[in-house]
Amino acid sequence: MLKFLTIRIAESLAALLAISVLVFALTHVSGSPVDAMLPDDATPAQAEALVQEWGLDRPLPVQYFTFLGNALQGDLGQSLKWRGKSATEVVLDHLPATLWLGGVAILISVAVAIPLGVIAAMHKDSWTDGVVKMVALLGQSLPPFWLGIILIWIFAVSLSWLPTSGRGGLAHLILPAIAMSWFQIAAFVRLTRSAMLDVLDAEYIKLARIKGLSERVVVWKHALRNAAIVPLTYFGVLAGSILTGSVVIETVFAWPGIGWLAIEAIRGRDFPVVQTVVIVFAIVFIVANLLVDLLYAVVDPRIRRA
Amino acid sequence: MPSSTRASAAPEAAPPATRRAAPGRRRVGTSSRVPVIPLAILMAVLVIPALFADWIAPHDPYRASIISRLEPPVFAGGTWEFPLGTDRLGRDILSRTLHGAKYALGISIVGILLGTALGTALGLAAGYFRGWTDTIIMRVVDVSLALPSVLLALALAAAWGSSFEGVIFVVAFVLWSTFARQVRGEVLSLRERDFIARARVAGASTGRIILRHILPNVTNTIVVMATLQIGVVIMLEASLSFLGIGIPRPTPAWGLLVADGRALVVSAWWVSLFPGLAILLTVLSVNLLGDWLRDRLDPKLRQR
Repeated sequence: MLKFLTIRIAESLAALLAISVLVFALTHVSGSPVDAMLPDDATPAQAEALVQEWGLDRPLPVQYFTFLGNALQGDLGQSLKWRGKSATEVVLDHLPATLWLGGVAILISVAVAIPLGVIAAMHKDSWTDGVVKMVALLGQSLPPFWLGIILIWIFAVSLSWLPTSGRGGLAHLILPAIAMSWFQIAAFVRLTRSAMLDVLDAEYIKLARIKGLSERVVVWKHALRNAAIVPLTYFGVLAGSILTGSVVIETVFAWPGIGWLAIEAIRGRDFPVVQTVVIVFAIVFIVANLLVDLLYAVVDPRIRRA
Repeated sequence: MPSSTRASAAPEAAPPATRRAAPGRRRVGTSSRVPVIPLAILMAVLVIPALFADWIAPHDPYRASIISRLEPPVFAGGTWEFPLGTDRLGRDILSRTLHGAKYALGISIVGILLGTALGTALGLAAGYFRGWTDTIIMRVVDVSLALPSVLLALALAAAWGSSFEGVIFVVAFVLWSTFARQVRGEVLSLRERDFIARARVAGASTGRIILRHILPNVTNTIVVMATLQIGVVIMLEASLSFLGIGIPRPTPAWGLLVADGRALVVSAWWVSLFPGLAILLTVLSVNLLGDWLRDRLDPKLRQR
């Protein structure tokens, strides 16, 4: 277990280092880092100060380590669009909105998808199963940004039940959370269904039935507990889809999280903020995958030896 | 978005291919029939418009006209002049959507070809040579699987602005690692088979063994995987374009057309509706066709 843990953490660190190299490389291939990191109206004195702080007059490897050292201390430059704030501050200001939306979206998808998947598996090849399969297929084929616009059109414009966009109370959260969970529901339903189908064939389920346990207990307690491992592994992928989703959905609904921030920063040519968002996204994604693998190793001992 | 956890990594050695075990056996159920409806939808929405947009589109997709701004579609009080209405600049939505098919099809073909070629080549090398070649390639695969595509797209867009090359690069980058991993897994078991040993004894060169004896045996897998990726790629391209970090304006790419309508949803719902429907129908039918092809050619890729 310790060996598995060490290898996985080393791999995660390697992935993070790869991201830092990528981000560092991008500041350099897009022309001078001074241009990327400073506003257009910067004075020569400001440029000189940046060159000093980041060691831009020194060889590339030295520059990279200066960049990495600064990044580790949370210093990724000053925001160009949000004047007077550091890029890290700007990103941390917007992070709670993203976590909030992503969390609610995950809750919705788990609450909807697991019961649907179980019911579909219990009644395999019935019309319920057919409907669930359709939902799963549609979920993969509906463009999330378009779904968001259609939801706004129906529920905010035509019916005026909910606000069209922006951040506010619970009402502002409903549409973006639904749009974001749609894709996840589709993926979760399919995984739960196929995992349940495998488990329901197992000997111990037959035994439980022979023992005379009610079908409800057999399915929801014995089978689901064992089938739940499969959707669990999917949480790592889910972290990726939340990140992508947050960029797309937050842009559609003008929800001021870090996904929306990234797009605004690109439009405003605010490179330090984009760079910070990329790094924060990478950390969230890599840590989520690491946690899932560790959790998986705890739940399923066979993985540890692999 | 395609990404994968370590826990669901491909097996070290894939089991012997089942497709050779049951030649000619008809599969029961609907999977053996050609899915006619998805095929027809795909032709109508993607392929025919992509090839013939210049002839079938009623208007120039770029020509703006102040007089005909925000005309509704014909069934909502508009005229046959603009069957699906017009956008804020008076451009014909139908023509723009038809022309948009070119970019969806073109980008996915080029991106998938590049990603598949790169992934297959590296997968073949890793699986056949093993040793340090394998170690290095697979470590790079692991790292690139750990990078969500949108991160790369954001970083690229910030550094270079949006461009066709950027989109194709992101698509190829997203695809190659999945292909490399799958191909490597199959090659690992293929290279131990008798016919490879015999080819070697017969004096075939390494290049010949890989290209003539190993590659043909992974072709089905590659074709099926590539088909299954078309929907993913079209969706990825549309999402990036929608965000303004994909295909540059004023190209009538579907994602950009939907983005045009975002701010108009209160007054002109049709601007976003039809290009989005084109994406939905294309991805849906591609997915159905991909599933069918997988069941026919390579059932072991099936996850149920």
